Amino acid sequence: MIKAILIFNNHGKPRLIRFYQYFAEDMQQQIIRETFHLVSKRDDNVCNFLEGGSLIGGSDYKLIYRHYATLYFVFCVDSSESELGILDLIQVFVETLDKCFENVCELDLIFHMDKVHYILQEVVMGGMVLETNMNEITTQVDVQNRMEKSEGGLSAAPARAVSAVKNMNLPEIPRNINIGDINIKVPSLSPF
Amino acid sequence: MPAVSKGDGMRGLAVFISDIRNCKSKEAEIKRINKELANIRSKFKGDKALDGYSKKKYVCKLLFIFLLGHDIDFGHMEAVNLLSSNKYTEKQIGYLFISVLVNSNSELIRLINNAIKNDLSSRNPTFMCLALHCIANVGSREMAEAFASEIPRILVAGDTMDSVKQSAALCLLRLYKTSPDLVLMGEWTSRVVHLLNDQHMGVVTAAISLITCLSQKNPDEFKTCVSLAVSRLSRIVSSASTDLQDYTYYFVPAPWLSCKLLRLLQCYPPPEDGAVKGRLVECLETILNKAQEPPKSKKVQHSNAKNAILFEAISLIIHYDSEPNLLVRACNQLGQFLQHRETNLRYLALESMCTLASSEFSHEAVKTHIETVINALKTERDVSVRQRAADLLYAMCDRSNAKQIVAEMLSYLETADYSIREEMVLKVAILAEKYAVDYSWYVDTILNLIRIAGDYVSEEVWYRVIQIVINRDDVQGYAAKTVFEALQAPACHENMVKVGGYILGEFGNLIAGDPRSSPLVQFNLLHSKFHLCSVPTRALLLSAYIKFINLFPETKATIQEVLRCDSQIRNSDVELQQRAVEYLKLSSIASTDVLATVLEEMPPFPERESSILAKLKKKKGPGAVSVTELEDSKREGGELNGGGDRGQDTATMAASNASTPSPSADLLGIRSTAPLGAAPASAGSLLVDVFSEAGPTAPSAAVNDDGFLRFVCKNNGVLFENQLLQIGIKSEYRQNLGRMYLFYGNKTSVQFASFTTTVSCPGELQSQLNVQTKPVEPLVEGGAQIQQVLNIECLTDFSDAPLLNIKFRYGGALQNLTLKLPVTINKFFQPTEMTSHDFFQRWKQLSQPQQEAQKIFKANNSMDTEVLKAKLLGLGTALLDNVDPNPENYVCAGVIQTKSQQVGCLLRLEPNAQAQVQHTDSPERVSHNYSSIPNFLHYLSPYSVNI
Repeated sequence: MIKAILIFNNHGKPRLIRFYQYFAEDMQQQIIRETFHLVSKRDDNVCNFLEGGSLIGGSDYKLIYRHYATLYFVFCVDSSESELGILDLIQVFVETLDKCFENVCELDLIFHMDKVHYILQEVVMGGMVLETNMNEITTQVDVQNRMEKSEGGLSAAPARAVSAVKNMNLPEIPRNINIGDINIKVPSLSPF
Repeated sequence: MPAVSKGDGMRGLAVFISDIRNCKSKEAEIKRINKELANIRSKFKGDKALDGYSKKKYVCKLLFIFLLGHDIDFGHMEAVNLLSSNKYTEKQIGYLFISVLVNSNSELIRLINNAIKNDLSSRNPTFMCLALHCIANVGSREMAEAFASEIPRILVAGDTMDSVKQSAALCLLRLYKTSPDLVLMGEWTSRVVHLLNDQHMGVVTAAISLITCLSQKNPDEFKTCVSLAVSRLSRIVSSASTDLQDYTYYFVPAPWLSCKLLRLLQCYPPPEDGAVKGRLVECLETILNKAQEPPKSKKVQHSNAKNAILFEAISLIIHYDSEPNLLVRACNQLGQFLQHRETNLRYLALESMCTLASSEFSHEAVKTHIETVINALKTERDVSVRQRAADLLYAMCDRSNAKQIVAEMLSYLETADYSIREEMVLKVAILAEKYAVDYSWYVDTILNLIRIAGDYVSEEVWYRVIQIVINRDDVQGYAAKTVFEALQAPACHENMVKVGGYILGEFGNLIAGDPRSSPLVQFNLLHSKFHLCSVPTRALLLSAYIKFINLFPETKATIQEVLRCDSQIRNSDVELQQRAVEYLKLSSIASTDVLATVLEEMPPFPERESSILAKLKKKKGPGAVSVTELEDSKREGGELNGGGDRGQDTATMAASNASTPSPSADLLGIRSTAPLGAAPASAGSLLVDVFSEAGPTAPSAAVNDDGFLRFVCKNNGVLFENQLLQIGIKSEYRQNLGRMYLFYGNKTSVQFASFTTTVSCPGELQSQLNVQTKPVEPLVEGGAQIQQVLNIECLTDFSDAPLLNIKFRYGGALQNLTLKLPVTINKFFQPTEMTSHDFFQRWKQLSQPQQEAQKIFKANNSMDTEVLKAKLLGLGTALLDNVDPNPENYVCAGVIQTKSQQVGCLLRLEPNAQAQVQHTDSPERVSHNYSSIPNFLHYLSPYSVNI
């Protein structure tokens, strides 16, 4: 079972947190800090698995992570999951994000936290894997988008506002970095 | 292209997020957030009804603020309102908020359940999925009660859409995990198994997780899944890479599903049906063959997916442990991976080989890789991988290679990472003992261990070396000589001084013939370390000195001189002072005969499992937390004299020397006595509490604790009631935290004045439990009820209960009342599910006397199964079905969560119906020496029957 999914950036700022087992709010934040501490000090070409920190359950759990450009994607899983399988799952999730956001970048995760949650929900549910086929996942997301469009009367104005805001935060032209198969834009972000 | 419609976002939200991002400092950010929270709060509280869009926007903002690490204590109601919106986007965000921020104990569950019920019956697949997601993510018992019968119906109904089926399968899984008793097996079970044949691979993917979990719990009912899984696997494995289209991932057909199928098969023994087995072996061979084929893609995703299946196949082969041919192939494959350039593969190969090493067919094959593994230990850059290498070395060790492996591990220890040193030390100590052919090698190894990693050598390790030296005559002289030499080092670790003091005190005479290690030289050597040592070590050394007086009468004057000096006989530490005084007196008044009897050589220790092994197992056990330091420190101070009461020093020493130590005595005989010495006070009072109605009066007679006892196994109810006042309790606990609501109801029609309540933690409890509350309103109107919230944090184990003192004026008369608050250690239980195998394995590991408590008692009432079950669940543990071979028995497991540590706890209740006796034969074992747990569990005993 997947106990938690954490996405944070190179500075440890959480971008998405999803716990499938209850932890009090402050404990969640502590776990993020602990996990960031464990993961961030590792070189990029060491292995992608390590024992869980003491807060999340110690050696009974593994942290399986991938580092894409500015973001860490960390899954905390128990021994019933295949390590390489989870690694692939992270890739599927990221590729799906990339597809849905058309070259996903950290800003997309910040400004569309809700959407990222919805996409994740199509992949993982209650700590178990729901679907691994990217086309199925994107089809579901598409259905949601269409429903949203059909409801949204107010959509046009905010759309411009959002893109304006987003561009405002991009003092430089984003450079594309090719990691594996995905292109993730890495805008220089003002950390907050 | 299903690109997210970025444009449909909410302007206010985007502006808020940008504001936060533009904050220059943490303070500015907090200020901005507080401003926003105030704004949202006023909007929610305002008179103007908010439209769905605004609600959605604000809820979204709250989610964002939560992500930044701020507590969100409002907005829940608004989120619940969004659930009943008929706009999809509003409903969706409502559900999201709830599954992120609502925990399973929330009071809102009932409202949420209503919304879910509507959505489930809406027949709109998207709405149904949202509702199912919510159940799966929150997974509370109340939800299980409401929907456990409904979900299976949705799952197997013919007209359910695939996407809904997928969600329903995982939803049911979650409910089964949280409340297995509510998910009743039935007609649906056989149909669930057939989902393995479903056309839609997504449905199979989701269903297989459910089936695996159900099979683990009820293997017989689901065993038809084996043949179905094999045929499904066979179809996937033999398919061309294009057959499965979308489920082909980087040229590998359905890797995730294949892994899950192989996992499912690991729940069962090899198939008995020859045809099925043949087909499975064929699959496994195909998977092994594919590993040798050239890759279809250079991408790492391709090799990951392929190898994920390969590793699961190897696990299955190891699990079956019956096909020598496959086992050897698996081993060779892993051997290749050991040198692979991908770190991940090296890591996994080391891990899998560990399990392979324990198979008799492949143990020898694994051993051939020893050089590679040693090399990995030395050269891997990644500590995770090095740790796996150390594990594998430990697993592949046997008599033939022990010396090499131990030497390598010792040399690795000099540079090992701090995080794994303690475990490495334990492993070296165990291997050295297990495979010691000559004990001089063993002694050398342990002393080296202390020299290299003294700080990580736990008490168990040096206890054990002494235990072995004492039990084996042939090594005593060598040991004395070696420690003598080791102590020559200008700086040696305190553990070395302990071992040295003990061994020279016992066997110093064996090397005294050599003038270089004459008695006086030995003594001076030991005494030169004395001032650098801690109190327990000094106490041990003093005992060694008195033994010297017996062994070597010529040292008597010198030693008496030392004992007599002010720094000993007037030492501020009472233990040291007492030893000095008593030993001095003993040496001056006792005759040589008496002295020789009292200070005779320690008798051999009874043979038994190494306490080090127990410790290593414990480290790997549930909630492995190193608490041994704590318990060890309690035990120190009694090393040499059998841990008896210092007041009767000579008598105890004589006794412990003259007779063999009691069977339960550990090395140095102190383990059994120290906990006993520490426990009686608290144990006594706890038992008194439990029986206070029947017999002896409770320690503080003024405290009213009638109500207290009823709350051991439940969290809500009426704590106290008299003519004036009623006090109700509602409480909930999570991990080591609890929240308790107290409701004070004024039963009269007259106002209570100066109503004050104080919660106090008497004595020790202050440092064990943290209880916080705010004062209540001083006036309670007639007929009114006021509420008080207590926040409780369990810091460490405790045995007393906090006291609640209530004072008020009723018609001029001051009323004063003190109650025990029902906060007991079991409230911090976290239920733990485990299989029968795991349970008994852990049970057996907990074999030390202080890890176990047992009680036999008579049932006062008839023993009703359901009532007993409810009581045991109320205790907070998980009640495990199909674990105990005797169906009459009850078996529970849980982890007690405190801030400082987690303690696994297993419990077994054996009712004897004929005799109306609850024979709790070895009813609970605690994975650590945790004095109050066994005591506490005595609560249960009268409680499970005093119904």
